[in-house]
Amino acid sequence: MKEQLEKIKSLAHEELDKCESLDVLENLRVKFLGKKGELTGILKQMGGLSAEERPVIGQLANKVRSDIEENISARMQALKSELAKKQLEAETLDVTMPGTKQKIGKLHPLTATLNDIKEVFLGMGFEIAEGPEVETDHYCFEALNMPKHHPARDTQDTFYINDNVVLRTQTSSVQIRTMENKKPPIRIISPGRVYRSDTVDATHSPLFHQIEGLVVDKGITMADLNGTLELLMKRIYGEDCQIRLRPHHFPYTEPSAEVDMMCFNCHGAGCPLCKNEGYIELLGAGMVHPKVLEGCGIDPEVYSGFAFGIGLERITMGRYKIGDMRLLYENDMRFLGQF
Amino acid sequence: MDLSMKWLSDYVDIGDMSIKEFCSGLTISGSKVERYDTEGSEISKVVVGKLLSVVPHENSDHLVVCQVDVGTAGNGEPIQIVTGAPNVKAGDIVPVAMDGSTLPNGVKIKKGKLRGVESNGMLCSLGELGLTTHDFPYAIADGIFLLQQEEGCPELKLGMDIKEAIGLGDTTVEFEITSNRPDCMSVIGLARETAATFDLPLNLHEPEIKGIGGSAKDMLKSVTISDKEKCSIYIAAVVKNVKVGMSPRWMRERLRASGVRPINNFVDITNYVMLEYGQPMHAFDIRYLEGSSIDVRRAKNGEKITTLDGVERELTENMLVIADAKKPVAVAGVMGGEYSGIMDDTVDVVFEAACFDGASVRTTAKALGMRTDASSRFEKGLDPRMAEPALRRALELVEMLGCGEVVTEYIKVSNGVDTQKSAPFSAEWINKFLGTDIPEEQMIGYLNKLDFTVKDGVAYAPAYRVDIECKSDIAEEVARLYGYNNIPKTVIRGVAEAQLTPKQKFERKLANAMTALGCYEISTYSFVSPKYFDKINLPADSTLRKTVTITNPLGEDTSVMRTTIIPSMCEVLARNYNNRNPEAYLFEIGNEYIPVSGKELPEEPARLAIGMFGKDADFFLLKGKIEAVLDEMGLGECEFEACTDTAVYPEASAFHPGRCAVVSKNGKVFGIFGELAPVVLENYGIGVKAYAAKLEIPEMMEIAAAEGDKVYKPLPKFPATTRDIAVVCDDKLAVAALEKAIKGAVGNTLEKVELFDVYKGKQVGEGKKSVAFAISMRSHEGTLTDEQADAAMKRVIKELAKLGAELRA
Repeated sequence: MKEQLEKIKSLAHEELDKCESLDVLENLRVKFLGKKGELTGILKQMGGLSAEERPVIGQLANKVRSDIEENISARMQALKSELAKKQLEAETLDVTMPGTKQKIGKLHPLTATLNDIKEVFLGMGFEIAEGPEVETDHYCFEALNMPKHHPARDTQDTFYINDNVVLRTQTSSVQIRTMENKKPPIRIISPGRVYRSDTVDATHSPLFHQIEGLVVDKGITMADLNGTLELLMKRIYGEDCQIRLRPHHFPYTEPSAEVDMMCFNCHGAGCPLCKNEGYIELLGAGMVHPKVLEGCGIDPEVYSGFAFGIGLERITMGRYKIGDMRLLYENDMRFLGQF
Repeated sequence: MDLSMKWLSDYVDIGDMSIKEFCSGLTISGSKVERYDTEGSEISKVVVGKLLSVVPHENSDHLVVCQVDVGTAGNGEPIQIVTGAPNVKAGDIVPVAMDGSTLPNGVKIKKGKLRGVESNGMLCSLGELGLTTHDFPYAIADGIFLLQQEEGCPELKLGMDIKEAIGLGDTTVEFEITSNRPDCMSVIGLARETAATFDLPLNLHEPEIKGIGGSAKDMLKSVTISDKEKCSIYIAAVVKNVKVGMSPRWMRERLRASGVRPINNFVDITNYVMLEYGQPMHAFDIRYLEGSSIDVRRAKNGEKITTLDGVERELTENMLVIADAKKPVAVAGVMGGEYSGIMDDTVDVVFEAACFDGASVRTTAKALGMRTDASSRFEKGLDPRMAEPALRRALELVEMLGCGEVVTEYIKVSNGVDTQKSAPFSAEWINKFLGTDIPEEQMIGYLNKLDFTVKDGVAYAPAYRVDIECKSDIAEEVARLYGYNNIPKTVIRGVAEAQLTPKQKFERKLANAMTALGCYEISTYSFVSPKYFDKINLPADSTLRKTVTITNPLGEDTSVMRTTIIPSMCEVLARNYNNRNPEAYLFEIGNEYIPVSGKELPEEPARLAIGMFGKDADFFLLKGKIEAVLDEMGLGECEFEACTDTAVYPEASAFHPGRCAVVSKNGKVFGIFGELAPVVLENYGIGVKAYAAKLEIPEMMEIAAAEGDKVYKPLPKFPATTRDIAVVCDDKLAVAALEKAIKGAVGNTLEKVELFDVYKGKQVGEGKKSVAFAISMRSHEGTLTDEQADAAMKRVIKELAKLGAELRA
């Protein structure tokens, strides 16, 4: 019997080694280990063995069984992994083929840029104020220290609805509305559409967007204005951005400043992009004129503030290197899809 | 303001400072330089030459061959030049462009042969040197510039550089002068700024008049100011026996560099003084002053004057005029009358220097539609004390040029309104305001450089600084000389928190939802053409035609504020179609502008517009996007109804009558959408089907707010039971009606009804359709039994039958 067991073991080894499919493997399992299998057949003869032989053969038989079982399981493992490998190979794709088209629309570049700027200001504690685009002369001009016939009105060619109602030429009107309704401390930006009767060309549009900022509190200084503008410009244009302030005149601020950014193309040396000036004009700013504060019921002896106005189109065009403002309002899908 | 650097050097010596340094320094102290140009910088190798001989060209009857002595510029030998100009003869002194020379506008001169004869350069005309006969009145426009030795100018030498010979080479700096600084619209004003900026001495000049004795009163019976409010000072001087002629070259050069055309010595003197002092002046021919009197008064309504430009203008009583005894002879501060100017036969002249009210000049110039050099200066407000020195300067120039006899005494009528401007000065306050730490003495030093005096806590402005009003103005003066960029950069003290308003959050989320749905955001003009209402097929009596209208639009296309956002979207769809884009999926969040009767300002409600065309676009794709966006924005379930009536929604007429729906919630309609009507597509030239929608954002916000915040509903514990049903009904019966019936019949175990098939055709018969729904039911108490589901389906069939929908066999 011992020999028979050894024979079965070696036969099983031999046949298992040759086995190439899971079906054959199952047949072999039945053949060797099944109820009617060879090993069972032998074990059935155990009854005829002596009491001394029985445990010895029994032990051997168990060893042979476990040996064959291990063998089958190892073989199965090998066959399965081979099969899986084959299937994966068969399923191989050309991953360089294009993806199935999905569509996500895009925000208009002006909105995308404005959203980024809003984030900067929200982070600095500025609320976002809104106001009407069709505005009274009072909020657009008078309250901003530009009485009727003020020469500065000439620099803002105005669309009139009637003698007393205009399309706002600046979102500073919102600053006045805010100051009339809210006591300091005030920190707002007022983004929005503004209108000036400029004929359409590559750098002009009768409608464009401004972002005006206003801070009013006790002890606000021009140094705060400088610091805020620098921070803002670095956030928008990057850490390398260098700004320069120079005196200017706006009726609603005093002192007033224009803010230039060092030309990113020539770094101040002068080139065609900056019209040889070395700097590119960015925005206007200044300390809120005491008359403006006073007109809104804020005591200029107690409070001070600064204001600034940025053109959204200019920033957007600079950021995406858009050379012609008209593209922003043509809304061609091939343009809109680029941002 | 164009500044001649040569002229500036009369008042301040900038030494060897580079022009770049000069420009940058003034820009930083507040006088912004736009550009600078050196006259004749493009001209090289053009020299003074003398024509030795001029002989006819052997092969041409219009060319001549000249031998030209170019003195030190040549090698000792005369050079040969062929020219076609008829005005040259031997002995003429001419500008000679040598071989290899350059002229304005990039012209290069090279030697060559003209009809077989060698020509080693070119003789130049005025035009070829970039000049006109205004600059050199003795030369002709079409011919060679024959140089003349002018008095007081460098001696013409053969071979000398033409720029030196004719006085080119001045540098012009163009400044952007802000409206608060009319004093800087002058050479002296900019000289003051230069001196203060660079800490240089200012050399002012006191005009001196010799005079021939006598008084202007001998010739002018009266000079009066009737309107004292609008005219603070009026000075009249008389010059007798004038000799009208060409101004000397130095004056012409300076005018040219300042961008002013030389005309004749008298006009040139008034312009020269205006540029130098910033004071506009006027000269009258005394013969045309009827009654030999001058009065500054308001015009009478309907009074007429023909101005120097030859246009007859009707005046109103708001306008200030200079009048003689009978008629206006000039519109004050704007323009003189036709006959008031200097003519060739003028003998005696009245010089006027005055100060008129800025606002008055501005409105008058605007009303008459003529903005002149003078009006643009007056309207900013001039210093009345400048009139006298400016007048004296003009008289000094008359004597200097020898072009008339100055009557010693002039007539000055003044209202004595010149009060000195001042503002409180406190170094402590200024430092606190600027965030600086500038010592008081340093501040006073800056102010003194700017001609301010500081005494007992008050800064007194110089007379010409009409802009000084308050202590912030003083702070600005200190800041600009200290340097804006030397002010520290600090962060605002104090904490502040900020967040978007509900409206801003809603709109931002809406925009993001629309992009997620594959739509691209557009930005369109808020003003449109009134014709757009016709383009979208609005009825003639539509309320939308009542607009906020711009009285001075750029053109009709942008003349009314839109009352509906639909045409703007159509316009962009059309543009994309015309640009051959195969598809467009667009949205805009923008305002409409709705006039409100009894209110000064219109309402500006925000709208969501959606527009699309392309191969996948159809009504239900648009509706699907709308349903998705309404769900995302938290509006809950909304109702959709067919709409053909502009009474239900004013823009209904823009849509295909069978493919248009309004969306509502609790009976309140808040949007419209559908396929654009064929006539609208045709009006916009869109050759494919296109779709549009308009949703009212404030109303959407209200609905979303009423729906409340989203609250978690437990996930179902028991499985759903789904039954399909197909019914045949009248084709006209709306699916929504069937759905509503199903919902009612099933009751609260209904989870959802989903339409999965609509069939029309032979099998169901004409005018009928088969509609199939999947009805999903679920209870939260336990799995529904078949009996429960069957009972529900029986109710459904019964309810549908009431609508005439029979179970499909």
